[in-house]
Amino acid sequence: MLGEGIIKGMVETAKNFVGSYHDPKRLTTVEYPENKIPAKENARNFPFLVFDGVDADKGLRCVACQICEKECPPKCIYIIKDTVKKPDYMGKMQIQPKIFDIDISVCMSCQICVEVCPFEAIKMDTQFELSTTDRFENLLLNKRELAKPNEYYHKIHPTEATEVDERLAAEKAKAEAKAKADAEAKAKATVAAAAAKAAPTPVPAPAK
Amino acid sequence: MISDAPGQMGMTSESASQVPLPEGAGQSNYTVIPKTSAEGTSEGELLEVAMGPQHPSTHGVFRMDVVLDGEHVVKLKPVFGYLHRNHEQIAESTTYLGSMPYTDRLDYLCSMTNNWAYALSVEKLAGLQPPERAEYIRIITAELTRLVNHTCLVGFLLQDMGALGTPLMYAFRERELILDLFEALSGSRMMYNYMRFGGCRVDLSADWIEQAKQVVDGYSRFLDEFEKLLTENEILVSRTQGVGVLTVKLAINASITGPMLRASGVNYDIRKVDKYGIYDRFDFRIPLGDHGDVYDRYMIRVLEMRESVKILNQALRDIPAGPIMDPKAKIRGFRPKAGEAYGRIEGPKGELGFYLISDGSPNPYRYRVRPPSLINLTVLEDMCLGETVADVVIILGSVDIVLGEVDR
Repeated sequence: MLGEGIIKGMVETAKNFVGSYHDPKRLTTVEYPENKIPAKENARNFPFLVFDGVDADKGLRCVACQICEKECPPKCIYIIKDTVKKPDYMGKMQIQPKIFDIDISVCMSCQICVEVCPFEAIKMDTQFELSTTDRFENLLLNKRELAKPNEYYHKIHPTEATEVDERLAAEKAKAEAKAKADAEAKAKATVAAAAAKAAPTPVPAPAK
Repeated sequence: MISDAPGQMGMTSESASQVPLPEGAGQSNYTVIPKTSAEGTSEGELLEVAMGPQHPSTHGVFRMDVVLDGEHVVKLKPVFGYLHRNHEQIAESTTYLGSMPYTDRLDYLCSMTNNWAYALSVEKLAGLQPPERAEYIRIITAELTRLVNHTCLVGFLLQDMGALGTPLMYAFRERELILDLFEALSGSRMMYNYMRFGGCRVDLSADWIEQAKQVVDGYSRFLDEFEKLLTENEILVSRTQGVGVLTVKLAINASITGPMLRASGVNYDIRKVDKYGIYDRFDFRIPLGDHGDVYDRYMIRVLEMRESVKILNQALRDIPAGPIMDPKAKIRGFRPKAGEAYGRIEGPKGELGFYLISDGSPNPYRYRVRPPSLINLTVLEDMCLGETVADVVIILGSVDIVLGEVDR
């Protein structure tokens, strides 16, 4: 019969239409500014810099190694090194960034800076409501605007942040253990050297 | 049927692009060509119309210069390049890893398969072997991408046919579920940047697999619903059957691949021919068309989605535990040895290949994409000749192009 297919299709549409009034699962959208779907844990949108403690300048994990600047595909990161040194998480003295800018109008949130960073210093944010009226000033984020505490990182990516903290703690413990072992070995060596130095002195005595 | 007044001609089916511009607003987008006696069948003049680049049915910024005899197409010239972003040149000046996010932006509906094709060719170049779990993850994401692409395609095709809303909204409702899965996995809804050379970036959780199983179970129900809505619909059948026929000979000569080729009845699927990844372990069939018309191309996509659901069920059931990265792979300072490689996969649109030449430096010496959208588009004129303007729109829709990939 001509029109049978159309009627079948209409029945499907009617089922969906009526169903949307009865089954809350069929409501697939939310009314955005009032209601928001919670962000996924892996969600990513523009990078930020992690700092430990309360002072962003002191606790910044970034050591201005400029790897992210080199690897960034659209080249949206700009770093100038400072001359001031501070210890990194391993206790080694490192240079700090004097200027660290990210132009988020160029950034494409690809996460490559996060992957290449050896110091776990740059991470992805989930903030997406970033509209501004000035596309030059307000979309060029400087070091102070980018720096966010480790607690914030824990809040937006809890699993990942815990893993990072564990890894950093393990590496630090390892480094400390190694430093201690080195120090002990060095101390032993000095003792031995001193002993060796001390030992020969009596030998020539009988020759006198 | 030919009218002398161009304004009335413009009132036919594609009024949006053909309405003459107001006086003094510059050149109008049609030209009237006096007809010689040998051309056409009806009396009057030929009309040259520029469809696009802002025409909504051209799926992006694509222009077709069509010469019309009445409502029938005499000549069609595709014009593209409006979305050219210099992809290949950029890739030659960034690192291997750095062009991975750019491949997302080729065919932005199927970023996962683009990632895979690029990762596959770099792995061939550098001699990396992804571990078993990574291969499974790749197949799962690629088949989910195929579902996304084909569902959207059917929705858009119906929209081109005049079914404004319903099929496309149903398609997008299901697509959302898969995009949610991808977001939970890779962090982004469309630009995943997920595959890495020698594996994948993030591991699947058990929760994710459970959710994916639910989505895949729901998908066969959705396909039943979709088919009830569309497949037997008399309007769809009469608009598509016998329209835009692509012959087997032409399809092979023009190196058409993917669902377009199989709708013409050629049994060629790289998943079966090349058995890249671990596709040889899965039990699935390759649907083939008979007539090579728009209806067959629609039907092939629906049947392929059913096969994808089959593959997904097997992959989600069998996925083993284990590492997801080749231990030899490295993120920083990646320099494959000098040589060349071509990696290809069966993308949702056809054969997607990446050809790379390395000279041992951190960026490729030559980088070339074989885009299925562009190559499938080359037979557009042959399919459209003699058809009406309204059919040109659905023939273009059935080719399944994404302009990001055509222009690169």
